[in-house]
Amino acid sequence: MTETQAPAEEVTTARRTLLEARDLHVEFASRGRRARAVDGVNLAVGEGEIVALVGESGCGKTTLARTLLGLEKPTSGTVRYGGEPLRYASRALKDYRRQVQLVLQDPMGSLNPRQTVYEAVAEGPRIHGLPDEADVVNNALARAGLRPPERFLLRYPHELSGGQRQRVVIAGALALDPKVLIADEPVASLDASVRGEILALMLRLRDELGLSALVVTHDLGLAWNIADRVAVMYLGRIVESGPVEQVLTAPRHPYTQALLSVLPESPERVVLTGEPPDPTRIPGGCRFHARCQVLASGKAAEAGVDARCRGELLEILPASAGAQAACYYADATG
Amino acid sequence: MSTFTWTRRKRALGRFWEDFRKQRGGLAGLVILVVAVTLAVVAPLFIDQGVTSVVENTGPRWSPPSLDYPFGTDESGRSILLMVWWGSRTSLLIGFLAALLTVGIGTVLGIAAGHFRGWIGAVIMRVTDWFLVLPSLVTALVLAAILGGSTFTIIMAIGVTSWPSTARLIRAQTLAVEARPYIERSKALGGGHWHITTRHVLPNVAPLLLASTTLQVASAIVTESTLAFLGVTANKTSWGTMLRGSYDWNAASYGAWWYILIPGLCILAVVMAFTLCGRALETVLNPRLRKAGA
Amino acid sequence: MSLLELDDVSVTYRIAEGEVPAVRGVSLTLGSGAALGVAGESGSGKSTLAMALLRLLPRDARVTGRILLDGEDVLTMKWGRLRAVRWAQASIVFQGAQHGLNPVHRIGDQIAEPLLVHNLAKPGEAGKRVAELLEQVGLPAWRARSYPHELSGGQRQRVMIAMALACSPRLIIADEPTTALDVMVQAQVLTLIKELVAEHDISLVMISHDLSVLADVCDRLAVMYAGRVVEQGPSREVFHDPRHPYSQALAAAFPTVGDPASRLAPKGLGGDPPDPMDLPTGCSFHPRCPVALEECPTLDVELWPAGDRRAAACVHVRDHGRDRVQEKA
Ligand SMILES: Nc1ncnc2c1ncn2[C@@H]1O[C@H](COP(=O)(O)OP(=O)(O)OP(=O)(O)O)[C@@H](O)[C@H]1O
Ligand SMILES: Nc1ncnc2c1ncn2[C@@H]1O[C@H](COP(=O)(O)OP(=O)(O)OP(=O)(O)O)[C@@H](O)[C@H]1O
Ligand code: SF4
Ligand code: SF4
Ligand SMILES: [Mg+2]
Ligand SMILES: [Mg+2]
Repeated sequence: MTETQAPAEEVTTARRTLLEARDLHVEFASRGRRARAVDGVNLAVGEGEIVALVGESGCGKTTLARTLLGLEKPTSGTVRYGGEPLRYASRALKDYRRQVQLVLQDPMGSLNPRQTVYEAVAEGPRIHGLPDEADVVNNALARAGLRPPERFLLRYPHELSGGQRQRVVIAGALALDPKVLIADEPVASLDASVRGEILALMLRLRDELGLSALVVTHDLGLAWNIADRVAVMYLGRIVESGPVEQVLTAPRHPYTQALLSVLPESPERVVLTGEPPDPTRIPGGCRFHARCQVLASGKAAEAGVDARCRGELLEILPASAGAQAACYYADATG
Repeated sequence: MSTFTWTRRKRALGRFWEDFRKQRGGLAGLVILVVAVTLAVVAPLFIDQGVTSVVENTGPRWSPPSLDYPFGTDESGRSILLMVWWGSRTSLLIGFLAALLTVGIGTVLGIAAGHFRGWIGAVIMRVTDWFLVLPSLVTALVLAAILGGSTFTIIMAIGVTSWPSTARLIRAQTLAVEARPYIERSKALGGGHWHITTRHVLPNVAPLLLASTTLQVASAIVTESTLAFLGVTANKTSWGTMLRGSYDWNAASYGAWWYILIPGLCILAVVMAFTLCGRALETVLNPRLRKAGA
Repeated sequence: MSLLELDDVSVTYRIAEGEVPAVRGVSLTLGSGAALGVAGESGSGKSTLAMALLRLLPRDARVTGRILLDGEDVLTMKWGRLRAVRWAQASIVFQGAQHGLNPVHRIGDQIAEPLLVHNLAKPGEAGKRVAELLEQVGLPAWRARSYPHELSGGQRQRVMIAMALACSPRLIIADEPTTALDVMVQAQVLTLIKELVAEHDISLVMISHDLSVLADVCDRLAVMYAGRVVEQGPSREVFHDPRHPYSQALAAAFPTVGDPASRLAPKGLGGDPPDPMDLPTGCSFHPRCPVALEECPTLDVELWPAGDRRAAACVHVRDHGRDRVQEKA
């Protein structure tokens, strides 16, 4: 595989890996079948790095995020933090969760309607028995952009706007001084005008506190807005990853190309048809082959890789910082 | 800040009262309850155990209601009025304590069954279902007979047999609460089982508990009376033992309707009052629950 | 003649705490076969406006102004006539309605229901029409026998569109038809809507908070803020060269992938959405407006012309609107 933009590569590899998934598999029993929601994922988040995980609905993004947090146990493979494999004893998990924090998609649902903003933000510090709770809460709120904090302390979630609620959730995570933030669709349910603010907040936190983040989304614009690196997931596996500029301006995997082509301003659309992918029936060969436009148009056959597309399993991409795609056609055509 | 929290609480309480006031039945029930409970509490200031003593009471036997004995007298010449008044203490005490015990057991097991989804939850639900199909009155009878008659055993007998429906209710609510994303957030913050059940689940099932306790008091009073009527008593005068007495002494054949009617009416009024209150609480609190859950 | 004409429509909800002016003096027109997009943030009154079009608002809402559908005033229409108009002339795809499908009925029966209610098909023939409708929205006919939980979000949204199409209406009102769908499914649904508008000569009112989606499907755009239309015009122009500061913020919120200006620079709008019960004076946008002038808090705003078939309610447009158009010409 040739690297087209060497400098970008160097910058990203210079970062020390903080959170890592190694050959992660997560399976669920689903109506008598096995759903391979995460099916072999290697992914690394470096110190102070923002990685975007994109992919369509049901491809396993949330499951991967939850597994990284230890909320779900992997069927096989390991989650590693700071070079150590994650241990699932409740003490160890509790310590781990001071370092790695979660922000959920739905800011209304992720706040207990019976708790005030103060109680919601103080929850983490209380669980971990941090001293100076009031100061910690005030600081966290201020850092999340809710200033002055006193104005918000005693409000209930229903008295806040959507953007403010999401800030409270972020403040709740920041109160523990985490190293990594895992955000599952942090702005999907927010208004367009609020969206930019929350994203700017995440960028600022990275710059000021050196916070790393894994942002789960199906919105490529979001990745473009804030991420250093992007990983594209399809049916439980990462099919393309690399620096944002490279992957989003010169995508190599046909799936990434299709995702980019349906953005409103793009000239030529590749709207994928076919049933949505089903993790209980992952096709053989390249898992994307049934919907692949490159294969369907015969270009793969021209390059002589169509037989492999249909019949030969692809290797799992390593957790490398450079641009890479799991596609025979991309490999064959460079 | 705490004064601020207080004003908030007060305002919430005010709103609750506004809603409750609109429930006519509930309000009527509440008035009856307040009167009944106050009377029971202040009873020792005016009368004592003596009113139930066969020896101390030398009034006319089987006297119909009169100015001296507004509710008449029984076979030993005891005033029904004073007996009912004194007996209300036992009936209400057993009702309240048994309801608390019922709801206590039901809450702990319900939350545990809803929270621990694995084999623990499954076992608890098995046990609950088993208790649910047991004829609870018979079980209570047997239990009370084995343990011997005292206020404590009656309370135990009622509590141990009537918790399963509460447990089911609480489990359903727990499951609903645990599906909310804020539980996931709390776990991600490092919260353990104790934290999640006491900080998130319990406050969210609390309104339900209030309504359910109120209803349980009514049913406990009925059970106590039934037990007493069937011969299992705390050896203290209660409305149930009075009914039993009227039966034993064949009040009907003496035409002493007051002996039967008055304790019966008392039970009916208090049970109705609790039920009305409980239902009103349910209607007032439930839309909130739904709003909070949605 | 235009199919739909709104003239100074206002909607006020009366609630215990007072009055909520959700829509304030909106005037819009929609030609036959045309598509109008309504954008704006949450609470700006988009859904309220959509429901007012078919008088679907709750009782505590007071509607004033005129809503002409094919020349008939919806607001003064007799009840029976209104029932006929709903579905047959204009139908609505409600916001979040894909969750509103009845979980215990097969979707075929749910699509057939309006047909049977309006006597547009005999019970025996309804099945054929349902199959046709499903095909129109790109679902195989056997899906009629599925239950809602067996469909994905995008498929459910298609079923909702099939239901709206059932009585061959001339106007479809789609409230956030693609919000909460992922990009690929959103693209499928948008393509479907575009085809329907183009091929079946159906007019469309589409509501969204995503300007780029609206610009993609609609000919004209209206941007709402705090119950008012603050900008309207041809969709490409409004999207690419918005004139009202609020439209500018909305347009910038969704970046163009590949545009260096937005790389690592998300753009948003500070401040909080207005409280409809306590709206700011003058231009309601002034507390959040980055280019507000001293006069804005007391200004009487109206839609000032901002170019060819364009207008925007901002003092800057009033003062310079025409200049900029001339500059460009
Ligand atoms: N607890 C579970 N039991 C069974 N199947 C599950 C479970 N959780 C997830 N799945 C399945 O795993 C797959 C991946 O789900 P996941 O929620 O991770 O997708 P996602 O990428 O986050 O999608 P979305 O964008 O819609 O949130 C889905 O097919 C889902 O049905
Ligand atoms: N039934 C109602 N009673 C009182 N107020 C209402 C009612 N429905 C809506 N409102 C208020 O009217 C205003 C406009 O609401 P509307 O639903 O039209 O907004 P919207 O633009 O569709 O928002 P969204 O993007 O969130 O759907 C809001 O402030 C809302 O709170
Ligand atoms: S490997 Fe073949 S089928 Fe898979 S994405 Fe590449 S070209 Fe398409
Ligand atoms: S009128 Fe004033 S406050 Fe309103 S948008 Fe224009 S500049 Fe901003
Ligand atoms: Mg998800
Ligand atoms: Mg709406």
